[in-house]
Amino acid sequence: MSATNTQSVSQYTKYTNRTATSRATSEAAWVRYSLIGTMLVFLSLFLFIPLASVFAEAFRKGAQTYFAAIVEPDALSAIKLTLIAAGIAVPLNLVFGVAAAWAIAKFEFKGKSFLITLIDLPFAVSPVIAGLIYVLMFGLQGWFGGWLSDNDIKIIFALPGIVLATTFVTFPFVARELIPLMQAQGKEEEEAALVLGASGWQMFWRVTLPNIKWGLLYGMILCNARAMGEFGAVSVVSGHIRGLTNTLPLHVEILYNEYNYAAAFAVASLLALLALLTLVLKSYVEWQATRNAADIEKEIKDEV
Amino acid sequence: MSIEIKNIKRNFGSFSALNNVSLNVPTGELVALLGPSGCGKTTLLRIIAGLETPDSGSIHFHGEDATDRAVREREVGFVFQHYALFRHMTVFENVAFGLRVRPKLTRPNEAEIRRRVHELLNLVQLDWLADRYPPQLSGGQRQRIALARALAVEPKVLLLDEPFGALDAKVRKDLRRWLRRLHDELHITSVFVTHDQEEALEVADRIVVMNHGIVEQIGSPQEVYDHPATPFVYQFLGNVNLFHSRVHAGVAKIGDVELALDEHHQTQDSAAVAYVRPHDIEIFLEPDGESSFKAKINYVHALGSIVRLELERYDTNTYVEAEVTRERFDTLKLNEGETVYLKPRNLRVFLQD
Amino acid sequence: MKNRPNKNTLPGFNLSLGYAILYLSLIVIIPLSATFLKAFTLNWADFWQAVASPRVVASYKLTFGASFIGALINVVFGLLTAWVLTRYHFFGKKFVDAFVDFPFALPTAVAGIALSAIYSTHGWIGSRLEPLGIHVAYTPLGVVVALTFIGLPFVVRTVQPVLEDLSAEVEEAAASLGANRWQVFYKIILPAIWPALITGFALAFARAIGEYGSVIFIAGNMPMVSEITPLIIITKLEQYDYAGATAVAAVMLVISFILLFAINGFQWWSNRRLGNNR
Repeated sequence: MSATNTQSVSQYTKYTNRTATSRATSEAAWVRYSLIGTMLVFLSLFLFIPLASVFAEAFRKGAQTYFAAIVEPDALSAIKLTLIAAGIAVPLNLVFGVAAAWAIAKFEFKGKSFLITLIDLPFAVSPVIAGLIYVLMFGLQGWFGGWLSDNDIKIIFALPGIVLATTFVTFPFVARELIPLMQAQGKEEEEAALVLGASGWQMFWRVTLPNIKWGLLYGMILCNARAMGEFGAVSVVSGHIRGLTNTLPLHVEILYNEYNYAAAFAVASLLALLALLTLVLKSYVEWQATRNAADIEKEIKDEV
Repeated sequence: MSIEIKNIKRNFGSFSALNNVSLNVPTGELVALLGPSGCGKTTLLRIIAGLETPDSGSIHFHGEDATDRAVREREVGFVFQHYALFRHMTVFENVAFGLRVRPKLTRPNEAEIRRRVHELLNLVQLDWLADRYPPQLSGGQRQRIALARALAVEPKVLLLDEPFGALDAKVRKDLRRWLRRLHDELHITSVFVTHDQEEALEVADRIVVMNHGIVEQIGSPQEVYDHPATPFVYQFLGNVNLFHSRVHAGVAKIGDVELALDEHHQTQDSAAVAYVRPHDIEIFLEPDGESSFKAKINYVHALGSIVRLELERYDTNTYVEAEVTRERFDTLKLNEGETVYLKPRNLRVFLQD
Repeated sequence: MKNRPNKNTLPGFNLSLGYAILYLSLIVIIPLSATFLKAFTLNWADFWQAVASPRVVASYKLTFGASFIGALINVVFGLLTAWVLTRYHFFGKKFVDAFVDFPFALPTAVAGIALSAIYSTHGWIGSRLEPLGIHVAYTPLGVVVALTFIGLPFVVRTVQPVLEDLSAEVEEAAASLGANRWQVFYKIILPAIWPALITGFALAFARAIGEYGSVIFIAGNMPMVSEITPLIIITKLEQYDYAGATAVAAVMLVISFILLFAINGFQWWSNRRLGNNR
């Protein structure tokens, strides 16, 4: 009697250890395989085939046409403009994200949740409107249009407008990543640094920043992907001047509308590669961050 | 370095965490701030460290007003409840942190830093862990590293927030003794916060008992345990029996029993509560005049050299806890269900308004 | 006593909050407010003319209708994807999991031309649908396809963590009480994940109504048929009809903000109801 009892207990633990396949909480094999199959078909239609088609179309007329489309002067200047715009917008939002997260996560003040909602606002705004608001501010008909043209300053249909629109659409990325992370970390380590004699900046560079580096990087990667790929907002403020105010996505559009499909897809393939690189980096950072989180979890478990 | 705390007040919204607290910590003493959670002890410790600002009142270090001195200039060492070790730094770098962030003029050179850190790691007996990261340490090890880190800056005052709170019972006892020995060696003015009366009684030179943001009593462990100043201290430190009574002209009347008191001779017929420790309840098999209660033994817990008895009074059906020595227990040959007579001694009576 | 307004001893509160608010105002708040101010300068008749002309109304119907259908498709297949990714093991699962975020990472213009290439009559998929009489590219159906693509990660990423946190014990308890697998799903799992499903739906929907880049290539952009509202704004801008563009934009903005506050409010409510503080 007692022998059979122990046996059933050990069997039970074996089953609960692999819940995913335990009989009580899993489906029949045919259900599983048809669900997996349906998912793969759906994802193929919407993700894999479109991605594959970008490269297929890009190389349709051979590698030579492909590379010719990429090294063409207008394409190169579009690449340069895209890098410049992202190179300004991403650091701006990075600094903002750290500042906002510091205030929100480490201090108590009135209107905090309202501030968080305001930070999210740009995600709720259509990219087209994100462009439009700057046209209304700085365009010829805009609030400051007269003054700007009197002083010969160009914002709309020029680099500053493109940077502004890019900054707007990528505004929340870093802050959104950092706020929950820094809230979870609390402020004891910073306090410890201060008690040990660190100045405010020493505390920030030596304690805060190393603790948030993965979250910061994660936000930066997403921010950068969107900044380099933004189309709608930039399209409104750019003016589409070839070789001057065209970013890579706008260059793709122009080529496509000129029925120069091979070139359009060649340039598009660069952006698709950027997207793939983004996914790889993102997965790597997630992996690193969960490793850190596992460490912290272990730390907490040991304390109890 | 001595610490004088004068009339500190601190509110969080409508909640009064500290209400007019004054306290002196003489140089070289190890003082415990003892009280239940929410009594304001941690807030007081953080105010001493400069991590929290009081609404009013002042703090003096060695006679000098330090109320508005910034945290980093106070020269205090602070050990956080959850240690707050820098998780991205090795143990060595954690301990070295306070030296490395000094201004160039007073910063020791690399060789000196190495020497000092290893000296401290040896002091806490963890030199072999220098290259580990905090998540790789046990709770007790983290605690000692946090202490070494706090000592690295040669603080004038050491402050510890629930230093043993997050550890399991066995490690806690070891570390307690170890901290006491360390203090005897270093003689650095230290204040620690605890909610564990046993911990405070065993480790501290002096205990500050706090409740609801006020100081209930300050004294040596002996004083606060044997002569509690308030009903709260009586109940918080050790087990105690409560007897509702009336006091008139130096006599306490509990039920039909009358007991002579050393105090309250001028009191005219006032309601009062009398406190008696379990070991101050004497047990007899025969009544002792007017000054003993008749009670039934409900349970006997005979573990070790002390026997604990749970008794029920016949007159009020309330419970009384008593402790007798094994010898006395054997002499009386007590059994569960038996009727005995109780005589409280060393009563402490607090009048009720 | 002395005035000590800031009780927190960590440094940098005034600096960081001040900078955050200043930057937020310059980049977001002031330009957005300027748009509403501009919209208010129109008289009512002009405003109504701009936002309620038949062509604009047709674009609302298309935009909201297609966004709604796209988000619904994502609820079904997003739940399925999240389910498979949290419950089953199969070759290449990690890869598929990472790839779900592809629509977030891929520039919308690239998505647009890729989708129109494969769903056009000569494309890989379009040519196979052609004999069945189904036309995707340059029809409202194409708009749905594009909006499904860009909204795909939202439902998966909101439902996935909730499914992961669901304790196996609860399901085992239900099974031990005699529930079959379908009953467990319907009575135990679905009630636990529906707030996440609704949040994911709302996020996908909100993203879709503002979407521009991925849609315009595949939509064909025929007035009254396959023209989305963001394109109307662009068209008005290109005709230097700033007032008209602003009026339509103001309507879109109000709807977006209502959605944003509704989503935030809903999340706050469901977190409280389910008793987790996150």
